[in-house]
Amino acid sequence: MALPTQAQARHTRAPGRGAAYLSGPGVALGLAALVPLAFLAVFFLLPVGGMLARGFLPEGRLDLSGVPEVLGRARTLRVLWFTLWSSLAGTVLTLVLGLPVAFALYRLRFPGRGLLRAIVVMPFVLPTVVVGVMFRSLLSSGGPLGSLGWDGTWVPILLAFVFFNLAVVVRTVGGMWEGLDRRAEESAAALGADPWQVWRTVTLPALAPAVVSAATLVFLFCSTAFGVVLTLGGLRYGTVETEIYLLTTQFLDLRGAAVLSVLQLVAVVLMLALAARARRATEGTRRRVGARAAARRPRRHDIPALAVTALAVGFVLLPVGSLVVRSLRRGGRWTLENYRALTDPDSTPVLRVSVVEAVENSLRTAVDATVLAMVLGLIVAVVVSRRPRAAGWRRVVAGLDGAFMLPLGISAVTVGFGFLITLDRPPLDLRTSPVLVPVAQAMVALPLVVRTLTPVLRSIDPRQREAAAALGAPPWRAAWTAEGPVLARPVLAATGFAFAVSLGEFGATAFLARPDRPTVPVVIYQLISRPGAEHLGMALAASVVLAVVTVTVMAVVERLRVGSVGTF
Amino acid sequence: MLQLDDVTVRFGATTAVDDVSLSLPEGHVLAVLGPSGCGKSTLLRAVAGLERLDAGAVRWDGRDLRGVPTHERGFALMFQDGQLFAHASVADNIGYALRLRRVGAAERRRRVDELLELVGLPGYGARRPATLSGGEQQRVALARSLAADPGLLLLDEPLSALDRSLRERLAGDLREILVTTGTTAVLVTHDHDEAFTIADRMAVMLASRVVQEGTTAEVWRAPATREVAEFIGFETFLTGAAAGTVAGPDQQVDAAAPPGPPQQTAASARTDGRVLALRRAALRVDPSGRLEGVVRRAVAVSDAVHLTVDVDGVGEVAALGDDPGVHLEGRRVRLALEARGTAYLPG
Repeated sequence: MALPTQAQARHTRAPGRGAAYLSGPGVALGLAALVPLAFLAVFFLLPVGGMLARGFLPEGRLDLSGVPEVLGRARTLRVLWFTLWSSLAGTVLTLVLGLPVAFALYRLRFPGRGLLRAIVVMPFVLPTVVVGVMFRSLLSSGGPLGSLGWDGTWVPILLAFVFFNLAVVVRTVGGMWEGLDRRAEESAAALGADPWQVWRTVTLPALAPAVVSAATLVFLFCSTAFGVVLTLGGLRYGTVETEIYLLTTQFLDLRGAAVLSVLQLVAVVLMLALAARARRATEGTRRRVGARAAARRPRRHDIPALAVTALAVGFVLLPVGSLVVRSLRRGGRWTLENYRALTDPDSTPVLRVSVVEAVENSLRTAVDATVLAMVLGLIVAVVVSRRPRAAGWRRVVAGLDGAFMLPLGISAVTVGFGFLITLDRPPLDLRTSPVLVPVAQAMVALPLVVRTLTPVLRSIDPRQREAAAALGAPPWRAAWTAEGPVLARPVLAATGFAFAVSLGEFGATAFLARPDRPTVPVVIYQLISRPGAEHLGMALAASVVLAVVTVTVMAVVERLRVGSVGTF
Repeated sequence: MLQLDDVTVRFGATTAVDDVSLSLPEGHVLAVLGPSGCGKSTLLRAVAGLERLDAGAVRWDGRDLRGVPTHERGFALMFQDGQLFAHASVADNIGYALRLRRVGAAERRRRVDELLELVGLPGYGARRPATLSGGEQQRVALARSLAADPGLLLLDEPLSALDRSLRERLAGDLREILVTTGTTAVLVTHDHDEAFTIADRMAVMLASRVVQEGTTAEVWRAPATREVAEFIGFETFLTGAAAGTVAGPDQQVDAAAPPGPPQQTAASARTDGRVLALRRAALRVDPSGRLEGVVRRAVAVSDAVHLTVDVDGVGEVAALGDDPGVHLEGRRVRLALEARGTAYLPG
C-alpha cells in the first residue's frame, strides 16, 4: 500500500503538471484549514498533552509505574466496574424502550405525532445538570416518587441515562426506518413470510447499521456522562469521568487522573471507530423514499408499540413536570419565592452573584462559544468535504476529519483541567481571562457542528461547483452558488445546537468559570451541593429557566426540520 | 480552434486518457464516441480544466491553456443530468453567466427570454428546476450554457438520462440550435445515433485512446478497425470465400468511402484477406435476392424483424425482415445486399 502512494506523491510534485488551476483554491483551503488546526493544537492538544505529561512525566522522565498502581486500586476497579455495567444497562434499556418508540413515531401516521416526537427528543438537549436536578426532584424525599427510596441509589443514574439518550435511539433508528423502502417487506410477505419472519429477515438487517450506530453512541454518552452522575451519584457512585474530576480537584492525584484519561481516550476512540463504521454502512444503504409514502395508519397489532410510546412520553414528562411543580413550591405552599430568589444576589451565601447574572454570563459565553464553533466548524466542514484526487491528500483530509472528532473522546474535565495547568504562563496566560470558558465550550461544540455540516456538504454533487466554474464563476463564487443555499438551514440548525450545548456545558466550565462569573449549570451544581430547602428550591427554579432557554432555542431549530442534528 | 496534443490523464495506476491528439476547427461539432469507461468524459473534463493533464497540452486558438483555471477558459460545460442550481429559478439559472459578467437586469431578462425561446421553453423563467421534466431540465441546462456565449461548448452525455423518443427529438433540436448559433462544441456520448445526429466530426475512443477521427460520414462508411465498426453498429464480419459470396460477382460493396478500399472485384476481396463488415440493414429479406439461407432466430422490433440467417456457404449473418406478422423461424428466405451499410476493414 505504501509504495504506490509514495510513487504518486512524487508524481504530484513532478514538474510539468498543469496543477496551477487546482492548487490555487487548494492552497487557499489549506491555509484556511490552518486556523482551526492551530485552535485545536493550542486549546486541545496542548492542554490534554500537558495534563497527560503531568501524570506520566512527573520529573521530566517517562514514568509508567502509575498505570498498574492506579488500575490496581480497589476504588479504580469499583469505578471501572460501575462505568461498564451502568453504561451497558443504560444502553440496553434505552434500546428496548427506544425501538418501539422509533417504530411508532416514524413508521405510523397519527395526529399529534409531531408533538410526541418533540417531547421524546427534548431531553437530549437538556443540560446534564438540569437532568440530574430533575431526577433529584422526582425521587428525593418529598418528591412524587420519593417513597420508592431510590434517592441515592444507582437507579436514578440509570433512569437519567435512558431519559437522556432515548432521543439518540429514536432519531437515529427512526430516521432510517422512515426511509426504508416498504416494498422489501411487502415482497417478503408476498413470498410467504409471517410478520415475525419479515421483521427478522428484512427489517432488522436493514436497520442494523442504525441500531449499532445508536447503541455505540448511547454507550459512549453513558460511559462519559459527567453532570448527571455527579449530581445523582454523590460520592457513592462514580464513573471514570467523575473519578477524573474527583482525583484532580479533591485528591490532587494528577497521575491517577492521567491514567484514567488515557484509558478513557482509548476506549472512546475504539467506540467512535465502531460508530463510524456503522455510520458508513448506514450512509451506504440509505435509500430515501417519501416519508408520506412509508408511514401508515396504526392497526390493531401496533397497540403494543403505541403503549410503549405512551410509557416513554410519560417517562419523559414525569421528571419535567416534577421539576416545574417543585420549583413552584416551598414549605408545602405554592409560591414564586424560588424564582424571586434568583434575582437577589444576597439570597444565599453560597453564590457570589445572582442567578440572573449567571444567566447573563451563560448567554454571553454561549454566544461567543457558538460564533467560535461555527466559524471554525464551517472551515473544517468545507475542507473535509473536498475530495482531492491524490490519495495522499485524501488521507490528510480523512485525518483532519478524525482530528476534529477527538474532543468527543476526551473527558471535558481533562480539557478543563488541562487549560488550567498549561495556559497559565506567558505567552499564553489565560487563567484569569474571560475567553477560556467560551473557548472550552467551543471545543466541545465543534465536533457536533462538523458532524452536522459535513454530511450536508458531502451530499452536494461536486459537479454543481464544476458547472458554475465552467460558466465563469471563480472558485469561491462557484462554492457559494452550489453550496450556500443548501447549507443555509443546516448552518442555522448547527448554530442552535452549538448554542444549546454551550449553554449546558458543565464538565470543562466547572473548572474554568471564575467564581465571580459562573454560568447557570455551575450555579445549579453549587446550589444542590448544599443542604437546605431554599438551595434546592433555587436549583429547581434555575434549572427550569435554563431548560426553557435551551428548549426554546432547540424548538426553533426543530422547526427548521433538519434531520441530521443530534445524529452523528 | 481547439487542439489537443498528446493529452494524457492518469488516475493512480490507471490511464484514463492515453496520448490523445485531436483538432476541431471553429463552428464544427465533434462527437467523442465510445463505450462507458473509455475515458471520454475525462477527456472532456480535461478540456474544461477540471482534470489536470499528466502529459500533453490543450490549446485554444493556439494558446496553451495550462494553468488557466476552468472559469477563465470561456468554455461552458453541460452535464448528463443538467446540474441546474435547484435553489434558483429557471431564469436565474440561465442568467447565471450573465450575472457573473455584471450584465444589467433588463439586458439579462431579454437574453434569458431569447434563450428560453430558442430551446422551446418560452414562459418558463419563473419555474423551479424541480418542477421540470428531465427533457425540460436539459433544455434549460443548454440555454444556461449558451448564455455564457462560450467559445467552446462541452456536452457530457447531454441526452443519455432521457428516454428514447425524447432523446431522438432533442438530438435533432440540439443539432439545429448548435448550427443556428454557430457554436463550436464537443459532445461526449456512447450512442452512435446521437453522435451522427448532432455532430459533423467524430472521434471514436476505445480503451483510453482515440482509434479513429474524421467526419461523421467517413467514420460511418469506413470504420478503421473491427472494434470501431462493432461500436457504430456493424454486426456481421466476414472474410475469405464467405465475404466473396456475400459481396457477389457484381461487386455491390459500397466503395465510395474515402479511406476505404479502392474499386475492387469480388475476387480480390476473396483473396486479399480483408474483412467485409455488414450492418443488419445491409441484408434484407427480398424474394428476388441473390443469397439464400435458413432463418435461425427472429426477434420482432417495433417496425421490423431482426433475423439471424444461416446463409448457404457463408454462415450466420444478421439480417432485417420487414413484416413482424410472419413467422419466419426455420424457413428458407432470400436476402438482397444493399451497398449502404457495408464496408471493408483491414484484416
